[in-house]
This record gives sequence, C-alpha cells and structure tokens, in this order.
Amino acid sequence: MSIYCFGLSHQTAAVDVRERFAIPESALPDALGRLKTMPGLAEGLIVSTCNRTEFYVTGEFRDSPALAFFESFYGNLRAGDETHLFRLWANQSVLHLFRVASGLESMIVGETEIFGQVKRAYEFATGAQTTGKLLNRLFQKSFQVGKQVRSSTAITRGSVSIGSVAVDLAEQIFGDLDGCKIMILGAGETSERTARAFRSRGAEQIFVSNRSFERAAALVAITGGRAIHFEDWEQEFRDLDILVSSTAAQHAIITLDKLAPFLRSRRHRPLFMIDLAMPRDIEPAVNKLDSVYLYDLDSLQAMTERTLEVRRQEAENCHRLIDRHVQDFQLWVERTQPANFSPIAIQLPGA
Amino acid sequence: MHLDFLSSLIFASDRLWVWLALYGFSLASAYSAYSLVTGKFMAPRLTFGLISAGFVCQTLFLVDRGHQIGRCPITNFFELLVFLGWSMILIYLLIGSSYRLSLLGVITAPFVSVLNIWALLASDHPLRTGHQPVNPWLETHTSFSIVACGAFALAGVAGLMYLFQERQLKTRKPGSIFFRLPPITTLTIANSRLLWLGFVLFTVGLGSGFFIGQEVDWRKVAWSVLVWALYGGILLGRLRHTMGAKWIATLSIIAFSLLLSVFWGIRFISDSPTVR
Repeated sequence: MSIYCFGLSHQTAAVDVRERFAIPESALPDALGRLKTMPGLAEGLIVSTCNRTEFYVTGEFRDSPALAFFESFYGNLRAGDETHLFRLWANQSVLHLFRVASGLESMIVGETEIFGQVKRAYEFATGAQTTGKLLNRLFQKSFQVGKQVRSSTAITRGSVSIGSVAVDLAEQIFGDLDGCKIMILGAGETSERTARAFRSRGAEQIFVSNRSFERAAALVAITGGRAIHFEDWEQEFRDLDILVSSTAAQHAIITLDKLAPFLRSRRHRPLFMIDLAMPRDIEPAVNKLDSVYLYDLDSLQAMTERTLEVRRQEAENCHRLIDRHVQDFQLWVERTQPANFSPIAIQLPGA
Repeated sequence: MHLDFLSSLIFASDRLWVWLALYGFSLASAYSAYSLVTGKFMAPRLTFGLISAGFVCQTLFLVDRGHQIGRCPITNFFELLVFLGWSMILIYLLIGSSYRLSLLGVITAPFVSVLNIWALLASDHPLRTGHQPVNPWLETHTSFSIVACGAFALAGVAGLMYLFQERQLKTRKPGSIFFRLPPITTLTIANSRLLWLGFVLFTVGLGSGFFIGQEVDWRKVAWSVLVWALYGGILLGRLRHTMGAKWIATLSIIAFSLLLSVFWGIRFISDSPTVR
C-alpha cells in the first residue's frame, strides 16, 4: 500500500494539453465514481484546476498506475501525451501535495486560491466516499501545512498584479476604500481590470470617463459606478481621491500647471494618481506636489517584481517547514499503517 | 532603625513594579523590532499583551506609591518619568486600538522603556513619612500636564510614522514595513485628535497652575505658554486648512521636542528639584 500522485500541471504541459485533461467541477462526481472502480485502488481524489489535473490515489499497484489509469479514464491518448505526465510515489506525493496547498507549485508563487481549490476537491471526494483513513489524514495535514505556511512566512505577502498593487497603495493612503471617490479615465482592458480590483476591495464610488461615452457606459455596466462625458471629468476632480488614467492620448492630459489650482480647493486631502497609459497621461512632475502621489506603470511593475523576488526567497523557508511536516506524516504512517507500507522518497522511473 | 528598614523594604517593593513594567515594554520592543527588521510574521496580540502587562505593573506602582504618600505620585523626577510613561501607554491603549494603530505601540514601547530606565536611574528621594495637606490645584496641574505630555508624545510618534509613510509613497519604493504601518489618512486623523486631546489637557493643566497659591515662577510659565501657543498654532493651521498633513506631522515632532526641553528647562531652571 502506498500513495501515488500523477497528473499534469502548468510545469509539465502547455494550456492546449491541460485543457484536454481538465475535469470541470460538474464532471467530478462521475470521474470520482470511475476512479473508485479502478483495480487495486483503495482511495482516490482528483484536484482539477486551470493549471493542474492531479490524481491522488492509494492502493496496491505493481507499477505506477498513472498511464494505465489515464488510458482507461480519458480513452485513447495522443502520441506524446505521456511525456506531459508527472508521476510521484510515497513521500514525493506527500511533499508535492503540501507544496500545492501552500501555493509553492502555483504559476504565481504564493497565490492562495489553490488552497480553496484543494479543499473543494477534498470535499467532493469525501462526498463521493472515495477517501479513507490515509487520504483523509494526508489532505487534512495539507490544509494545516497550507495555513501554517501562509501565516508564518511571507510567501503570500504583497501583490503581484499591477491592479492589486495599485489598490494596496490606495489602502495605505486612505484605509477603507468604500468612502473614496475614484475616477477612471479611459475604458480599455487595463481600466476594466483596475476598476474590478478597486471594486473587489469595497470601492463604491467609481466614475468612468472616456472619449467615447458608449465605451465608458459599457465599462460601468460591467464594473458598476457612473459614466461621465469626457468633457465633464475635470468638474468632478475637486472631490476625487483616486484617479486612474489609461487613455490613448499622445500627450500628457494632466500637467503640473493644470493640477495646481485644483489642489488649493482640496484642502490638503491626499490625491492618489495612477498612470497606466503609454505614453503617459500625467506629467511626472505632479508627484512633487504636496499630498499628491503619482505612480506609473514602471513604478507599479517594479513593486510587483520586488514582491515576486521576496516570495522566491521566502520559498526556502517554506521548504524547510514543509519538510518537517512530511517527516511527521511519515512517522504517523509508520505508526498506524500496515508494515508493508514503505513511504520512502523515491521518484518513479519517468517521473 | 526598625522603621527605616521597613520603609526601605516598601520603597524597594514599589520600584519592583517599575522594573516589571520595564521588562514588559522591553520585551515588546525587542519582539517588534525583530519582527520588523526580519520581516517575519508579527503577532500584534503578543505586543499588545506585553505592553498591557507593563501598563498594569506601572499602574500598580502608581497606586502603591500614591497610597504611601497620600497624593498623586508626581513628587520627584523618578515619579514624574514613570507617570509620563504611564500616560503615554494609557493613551496608546485608548487611541491605538480605536484607530488600528497597533504599530504605534512598536514605537511607543521602546520610548517608554527608555523613560523607565531613565526613571530608575534618576533620584527617587525618600518618601516623606508624614502626610502633608493635598493641594487639589497642584495635583490637577501636574497630573493634567503630564497626561497632556503623553498625548503630545503620541502625536509626535504618529507624526513620525506619517512622515515615514509619506516618504515611502513619494519615492515609490515602499519597503515591507510600509504595508504594516497604518494608512497615512488614519495617521493624520490620529495625529490631529491626539493634538486636540493633549491641547485640552495641557490647557487645563496650565490654567490650574495659576490657582496653586504659591509664588509663580515666570520662567516656567513663559516656557509653558510658548509650548501651549505652538500647539494652539498647529491646531489653528489644521482647522483652517492652511497647513498640510506633512507640515502638521513635522510640527508635532518639533513641538514635542520643545516640550521635552521644557521638562529639562523646568528641572534645571527651577529652584526646586521637583516639578512643583
């Protein structure tokens, strides 16, 4: 009896391959039902997300069950499909799951969404009664590890998308965003992403202005808020807290001379300006003004890169912590499982 | 001889509370500094708990000493420093939790630790055994003035944190500490309210000083009025929006530095070694 983990992920397969093996949530009960009928299998669980489709199984197998299982599960495999499969055994599987639950195997290291996805996969499997003592213990342990890694290391610290970084900065200026008045100039994809990021953190007063009023109205229909005509945006400026500019203008539309008179009437309230346009919409010199904070694409990008670097460095601490939990799990297995269970860290041929 | 021995025993026991408070504040300072420097996870409750424990010890000292001398325990420089530290922590515990300014404690704890060390090194003249009549105006004057100093000290700390945050924002290279400090808007509000609180208390303290009934030391009065006017000017600038948050933060620090010098001034200019 041992634990096997096999499947494919963003590290082993491109998206066109991953999408053929992906199992949508609606198909999971059926997939788990078929998993149960597999010869030699004692327990089984499937984690399927946009970046990975992984099977965790326990049982008595002479060889790795991966390829045989994939052939029977997915039908005829295409030539070369097996090269995208990873196959892990025993402690390698345990280590892998702990790393997945902690976000260390994610495309963006430290992201936390995977934790919920693993939890959901476990709930599906327990609902379908395909887990037993070993997988129950393994997954519960992985949740404990995931929580500990998140809370006791800096692996999730900071934001790694430009929109999130902008919102983080806004929160460090204003605290809660629900009372902030936010104006978005431009109605392109960047504006939409940023508006969504602000909305997700509780911002309610969002105004969108664009040369084409229809596009502004269309964006507002998606993100909420109010569309205003481009000729009128300056009238709203006095009460603004945050300005996000992402227009296609070829010259700066907000200059030092234009901004200075507005500031006098603002009574020193902070103004956070985010310039996501290329070429830039806001003259860089406005950052020199008192209570004005200007961030452009380069400064935001630099912050995301610093965050990723910190996370990469922090991954070392996570490894040490996870290794301890793998050893704990092995000790538990040795104490409670039959003597023929040998969770030795060996990678199977071809893995 | 027997009475002297007992007195020294009591004398030593109430100072023990100050030592214990110092341990609490020092541990909170060391833990916070370690967390901030290494960027490791910090448990705000632990810092808060250590500071609260220190505060309880400091309170026990003041109660104990107050019972012994039958008045507010601000009769010598040692007691004055302990009372000042206690005031700062009291206001931190009241204001800090309201404004999610848990990191205010990170800066307050080392400051109060230094005050306690300074107090323990300072002269603590033996207590007068006989209870002297209490002058309520004098008690009001000293206690309100010192609690006001605590509020002004915290306003200075909030101002310092504001300037740090502002600098980080302006340079566009915020470090890991930036995201652990409170938002600048929160710091502005806290700074402003602490200034108001301190100003009201200081006004009461200053005003009650004129009713003590002792000969007025005009040098002390001049220093105190200067400080009062400076804080009044800052608040007026804030009220009329003629000064930005950065200026107010800077002036809070300058004003508190001046206030500290007033303490020194009072200590060295005055004929008496106490604050009276």
